[in-house]
Amino acid sequence: MINSLFEEKLSSGEFVVTTEVGPAKGADTADLVHHIDLLKDRVDAINVTDHQSSVMRFPSLGGCLLVKEHGGEPILQMTCRDRNRLALQADLLLAYSRGITNVLCLTGDSIDVGDHKEAKPVFDLDSVQLLKMIRTLESGTDIEGNELKGVPRFYIGASVHPEADFVEPQLIKFEKKVSAGAQFFQTQGIFDLASLRRFMQYAAQFNVKILAGIIVLASARMARYMNDNVPGIIVSQAIIDELADVEKGKGLQKGIEIAARLIKTIKDENLCHGVHIMAVGNEGVVPDILEAAELVSVSP
Amino acid sequence: MIVAEQKPFEEIKQMISPYGRVLILGCGTCMTVCDAGGEREVSFLHSALRLAQTKSGNGTHSFSEYTLKRQCDPEFLDLLVDKIADVDVVLSLGCGIGVQAIAERFPDLPVLPGVNTSFMGMTKESGVWDERCAACGDCRLDETAGICPITRCTKGILNGPCAGTKNGKCEANKDMDCAWILIYQRLETLHQLERMRRYYPPRNFRTIPRPKRILRQASINAGGSDD
Repeated sequence: MINSLFEEKLSSGEFVVTTEVGPAKGADTADLVHHIDLLKDRVDAINVTDHQSSVMRFPSLGGCLLVKEHGGEPILQMTCRDRNRLALQADLLLAYSRGITNVLCLTGDSIDVGDHKEAKPVFDLDSVQLLKMIRTLESGTDIEGNELKGVPRFYIGASVHPEADFVEPQLIKFEKKVSAGAQFFQTQGIFDLASLRRFMQYAAQFNVKILAGIIVLASARMARYMNDNVPGIIVSQAIIDELADVEKGKGLQKGIEIAARLIKTIKDENLCHGVHIMAVGNEGVVPDILEAAELVSVSP
Repeated sequence: MIVAEQKPFEEIKQMISPYGRVLILGCGTCMTVCDAGGEREVSFLHSALRLAQTKSGNGTHSFSEYTLKRQCDPEFLDLLVDKIADVDVVLSLGCGIGVQAIAERFPDLPVLPGVNTSFMGMTKESGVWDERCAACGDCRLDETAGICPITRCTKGILNGPCAGTKNGKCEANKDMDCAWILIYQRLETLHQLERMRRYYPPRNFRTIPRPKRILRQASINAGGSDD
């Protein structure tokens, strides 16, 4: 059974493009709506981040509602950092009732990397357990086995880190996610295509769809900062050098070029089922990347 | 053992300010081992408080000191009866359990915490203590090569490392080892890596209803006959 447009696209075998929008801190949704309108017809689905980097913002579920309202296809990013199993299940029921059926299941960043360092870290579940809990909801009961009135259906995914320095434990976890029910994966940022090729060669044995994560860098400084401070990101030295070589003010242009080059190679080599573009604060340049990658999707 | 840190001196001065006669009470067990509230710390704190009072010029407090073998044990608390006859407050350098044991045993006596109780752990090297147990009530150390992910992973997750681990360190603190990389490496050494492939269901938090109580029958009753 197909549970979302996004799933339908991936099932059709066409090269799928997703991107993400990060809600702002505050009740003003103007920028968010602007980015949704800009991107909804240019990509196949839009992730809405869930207090990215543990920084408190407008919620993912609220952002997904806006994506829906504006005619886009949302992917609900759901982390286990702030909600216990009751709250997670309740939010999933709400999401389904409003037509939000794509869910990316994440453990969530540590509270310590964010802006509410004194908050209580929840982590009642982890990403694998969250995936499994969603499958339980779909079977008609809550996690305790109590019958649901109205059964939700989702298309669920998770993340994987092919460029991790200790890759084997990450692959073991990837396989646990597959067993728990993950149907699609959006990888952590890929900077070295050799590692993606290795990963895809291994991952081909599993019946899941994989979208390579592409992070848009705006400068060598940003790349180094992310290496030091952002969980799950390892920018290769070659990319840092490339960014460092351009003249001042041209960093983002180079970042767009790098992202487009990675995407084009991935598509041309048919390396995986699609890409997930993370523009981290530069959502506005996603159309430029698509154009540079010769990937202008269905016209609006 | 239980590990604690003595509270900042200013905070201790502030806490005792409403009271005249202060008994500084050490604990001879964990607090002695972690250098937070044993006989030596009691004696030093006594001197420091007296000195501070002399400097400020108004002698409002009188201090006495004593160290029990264990503050958390009723048997030893009985020894306090004579010591508290003429004090207004006990400044306990025992852990949070010691402070509460005193409060329960002596309903009319104010008691103040002189340390911040931090965790259950072990001495890593001189002057360094590391947390090792979260008292979760459902020990799975057999599955994780003797390394506790609930205590040593900042997220306490059960199904393997998150993606934030880098160079074997934790995303929350670059000086802290990633518990799951340690578990992975040790499971591999022990030829037990298959344990990492198992799915671990969500934790049962009913194993830690707060407050916990353990009722243990004497073994002669548990194993014996009825007659």
